[in-house]
Amino acid sequence: MINGAQPAVTVEDLTKRFGPLEVLKGVTLTAHDGEVIAIVGSSGSGKSTLLRCINMLEIPDGGTVSIAGEEIRLREKRGGGREPAEPAQIDRLRQKLGMVFQSFNLWSHLTVLENVIEAPVHVQGRPKAEATEEALALLDKVGLADKRNHYPSQISGGQAQRAAIARALAMRPQLMLFDEPTSSLDPELVGDVLRVIRTLAEEGRTMMLVTHEMAFAREVANRGIFLHQGRVEEEGPPAQVFGQPRSERCRQFISSQLRS
Amino acid sequence: MDFTFLGESFLRLIGGVPLTLQLAFSSIALGLCLAILLALMMQSWFRPLGWLADGFVFVFRGTPLLVQIFLIYYGLGQFRPALDEMGIWWFFRSPYYCALLALTLNTAAYGAEIVRGGLQSVPAGQIEAARAFGMSGLTLYRRIVAPIALRQALPAYGNEVILMIKATSLVSTITLMEVTGLAHKLISETFRSFEVFFVAGAIYLAINFAVTRLIELAEHRIAPDLAQANRPAEVH
Repeated sequence: MINGAQPAVTVEDLTKRFGPLEVLKGVTLTAHDGEVIAIVGSSGSGKSTLLRCINMLEIPDGGTVSIAGEEIRLREKRGGGREPAEPAQIDRLRQKLGMVFQSFNLWSHLTVLENVIEAPVHVQGRPKAEATEEALALLDKVGLADKRNHYPSQISGGQAQRAAIARALAMRPQLMLFDEPTSSLDPELVGDVLRVIRTLAEEGRTMMLVTHEMAFAREVANRGIFLHQGRVEEEGPPAQVFGQPRSERCRQFISSQLRS
Repeated sequence: MDFTFLGESFLRLIGGVPLTLQLAFSSIALGLCLAILLALMMQSWFRPLGWLADGFVFVFRGTPLLVQIFLIYYGLGQFRPALDEMGIWWFFRSPYYCALLALTLNTAAYGAEIVRGGLQSVPAGQIEAARAFGMSGLTLYRRIVAPIALRQALPAYGNEVILMIKATSLVSTITLMEVTGLAHKLISETFRSFEVFFVAGAIYLAINFAVTRLIELAEHRIAPDLAQANRPAEVH
């Protein structure tokens, strides 16, 4: 937004099907620099698939995704579907996106610190000493400085997810993608992870957050998106989407979430 | 028990240890290379390569190593003129090379299954995470897939190494004078099979004791967290 810069991400008319199941039916959205977008919806609404299409972990069947103004080039595949036209482009653009997974997906053969410096050193080719220094600062920030030499199997889920956030931040991404970051955590561990995400939001980081934590989404997001059956059903300021939604479906969803 | 004779037997049989170790470790090293190749073939998108690898494993895992040794050393002797013509008779004429070949092919078949299991055990989510950070191709294999597969496969592979060291005793049947071959020879001279085989067994035991320790050491190096988890409970 500043100086008319390109939006961090532009998604246009995105469609995706898994076999007979049409998961995304034409989703369009834009994330500007500094925006925090919370994406909510019932399971099966396509919210995780949308996130995974943005970094091409799923290849969308139709529509376009642009990262920082650069459109990801896809081509038709023989026998249906599409494939990357230039895999190197995707590898390059993915480095602008920091992905945080529901199940952490830390690399089990590396310590917490090694997890954080792995991609900066071996993908971005940064000097190890510099990456390590930055990683230690990030681990300190997420409250894991004392766990840096532990393996993922030796820490709790909440610690693992915070390590995964540090790992994503270490790429110096333009946009952070959170795919239900607290959904596989024990309730008492959720708070620590949300606190870290809130700090990032307050720093003005651009983020897209798929979540079931309605109260949290309302609090940290600048914009809410409610997905229903593969379409954007409601979009607007958090007070609207999570408070007084215009759409009847969104209202039902929000009230059912608040009850539970 | 005649301890003097035990000592003499030991000194005779120890002379076979270099050949035993040489056969074991050359076949394990060559077999591992072949095993990795076979495991990659099994995962190839080009299915005929996979079928070829599956067929290889089926045959060499399903038949006794002793039969394989006999087939290669004695069986191929029948085709000497043809092998001569191809210029490879020197290889099949040598009991050492035949034994090495049989041991290598055999351990490759078992190793391929272990490597494949290791590769399959790499969690898809961890590969996905690497991709999401822009890693792909050889870097992804070298930095993420291979080390995680190795962690998983090492205990099973250690077992295979020990089995192979013991399996070298079979090559005594094609005139090779490794530990068991020397034992047979000594027995034919002295007719004291108990003492001689007792010593032979003790030598294999000592070798495998050392090898087991080395494997454990490697496990601690490569997967300190797993090694720790296998120890009695400890709160960290």
